[in-house]
Amino acid sequence: MATNSMALPKTPTTTRIKRRFEELGSRGEMGLVAFLTAGDPSLEATESFVLTLAGAGADVVEVGVPFSDPVADGPAIQRSSERSLRAGTTLSGVLDLVVSIRRKSDVALVLFSYYNPVLQMGIERFARRAASAGADGALITDLTPEEAGDYRRTVQAHGLDTIFLAAPTSTDERLARIAEASSGFLYVISRTGVTGARESLPEDLPALVRRVRRVSRLPLAVGFGISLPGQVSILGGLADAAVVGSALVQEIERAASVDAAREALGMRVRILKHAGKAGMSRREPGA
Amino acid sequence: MNTAVKTWPDLRGRFGPYGGRYVPETLVAPLEELEQAYAKARADDSFARELDQLLRNFAGRPTPLQFASRLTEHLGGPRIYIKREDLLHTGAHKINNCLGQALLAKRMGKRRIIAETGAGQHGVATAAVAARFGMECVVYMGTEDMERQRLNVSRMKLMGAEVVGVNAGSRTLKDAINEAMRDWATNVRTTHYLLGSVLGAHPYPQMVRDFHKVIGKEARRQILQAEGGLPDLLVACVGGGSNAIGLFHAFLEDSAVKMLGVEAGGRGHQLGEHAARLAEAMGFTGSRPGVLQGTYTYVLQTEDGQIATTHSVSAGLDYPAVGPEHALLAEQHRAEYSAASDAAAIDAARTLARVEGIIPALESAHALAALIARAPRMRREEMVIFNLSGRGDKDMEIIARYL
Repeated sequence: MATNSMALPKTPTTTRIKRRFEELGSRGEMGLVAFLTAGDPSLEATESFVLTLAGAGADVVEVGVPFSDPVADGPAIQRSSERSLRAGTTLSGVLDLVVSIRRKSDVALVLFSYYNPVLQMGIERFARRAASAGADGALITDLTPEEAGDYRRTVQAHGLDTIFLAAPTSTDERLARIAEASSGFLYVISRTGVTGARESLPEDLPALVRRVRRVSRLPLAVGFGISLPGQVSILGGLADAAVVGSALVQEIERAASVDAAREALGMRVRILKHAGKAGMSRREPGA
Repeated sequence: MNTAVKTWPDLRGRFGPYGGRYVPETLVAPLEELEQAYAKARADDSFARELDQLLRNFAGRPTPLQFASRLTEHLGGPRIYIKREDLLHTGAHKINNCLGQALLAKRMGKRRIIAETGAGQHGVATAAVAARFGMECVVYMGTEDMERQRLNVSRMKLMGAEVVGVNAGSRTLKDAINEAMRDWATNVRTTHYLLGSVLGAHPYPQMVRDFHKVIGKEARRQILQAEGGLPDLLVACVGGGSNAIGLFHAFLEDSAVKMLGVEAGGRGHQLGEHAARLAEAMGFTGSRPGVLQGTYTYVLQTEDGQIATTHSVSAGLDYPAVGPEHALLAEQHRAEYSAASDAAAIDAARTLARVEGIIPALESAHALAALIARAPRMRREEMVIFNLSGRGDKDMEIIARYL
């Protein structure tokens, strides 16, 4: 595979993402990254959900752009994307949502999307609008560093972090390439498969995290299958943050109203964040 | 003419600007493993010999190139030859690729095969090959397609495959591919994904094409033998485009040979009513380059980049994207792409049945419909090869509604 050997300018300014991970590091505290599908059940509801997540202690919020064909996602996020698309959500609408959230909150925001909606908007236009809206980074699920040359240059030129994914199947050579392409934090996929809450953590996760640490000094956020306080607590000894998505999306699906969903989300995030703090004894402050 | 054709795809899996590898990170390693295994197999004569034996003795190659004298007379235009891929074991060209990939899976030590299917022809061929090799087989199929191709569901089950219904989205081929990709990402270490068309991430568009090139190689030899010259026109239907690319490839450097790929015109020109990605000149709307299921190509989509639903009477053509190499051939004007409506395809199926005693698959009937429309404008001394990619037994319930 041809690689892009051209040296790229790293994000010029300190982003909210970097600052937040530095604060967490200095306190020896586990971070929590929360994912929601924007527009499920409506963009107004998502705005109130994000403010609740931030208030309950989420360190980074991933704002998911719904896509018709979410191949990396399990049933919970598939259903949530379908609800959002039925409500008429577009990438443009999600960017307007970020503007609105940013007026009310300083929480770090990552736009989380499949590639095609971004490609159709145009990468330059997407990056410009995302930056001016107040987003801090972007993650494209089906874009690997090999295909991301233009995207990376353009998005980083607008001062946004580019977050890429590392998987259990990634070779050491690929992990180095992924680390080189990433800024802000690195998203470590805990297991092969798709998103969705699971009971346990995979046994080979510590080995994967060690392999990633060898090639990157970025904070590591572990996701896919994380939903329980016990999992977050164990991760505290291993990673810098836990990513929770499907479990939050399911709270929204189960709730009888937007108010009830908001309450459930706040509760869930407070519990998980507390578990992260409880696990901090296993970490060295400032490490 | 275009001598560069032989170099596609490039090392990054690109056909000009099209193709590539747009997948979640988990799938990159297995795609690289597959790419390497395929490169090794291609360089190995014993692989080619083993595949050739299977193609002859299990699949039934070579298939005849039949002069369709009655159809020729009926249309009053060019001399029409039919490449009889419908006579292959399991009833369609799909078996060519399934045998190649199953051999490769065996070499890679994968004991579990998964596949998607639209019309069920690829699913049936995969089930047959998995049974032949003693491999576990799971086939994903949209529930809409399971309903309209019930016979093929039974055939797959009879050969020991598990058929998993997919109830998401439009409940057709696209959704079956999504689900197969999710299975592969989950069971990547034990499983080979036997993708059934020239779609998806690199190396699939190249590998599937290569396994179908035998169609064109045979047809080229057969027509030279029968007529002492090359055909003026090749006609094939295009869903993902595997049978078309298989026929076209051997003729790409014969600049006098024109090529026509025929897409599903469905029941109208608006987005959602058809599956025409490249036949833009005929007024179909909603197709633009984009990324779907691993590859950059022409995709039917909304302004916001959401993938559109499609419609075709033929499940095998009912898909919003087209193989990336077809996108390049269209851009180069090396091949022309048109579309045939549901009604025209049904009419064409009826014509072939009555005039030649052959019931075509509704997919292949689209190609014939375009040929029927064009034949009156062609001269009698011209020659055409029509790729009859599959037989129509599976479509009898649908065709019967129109009789």
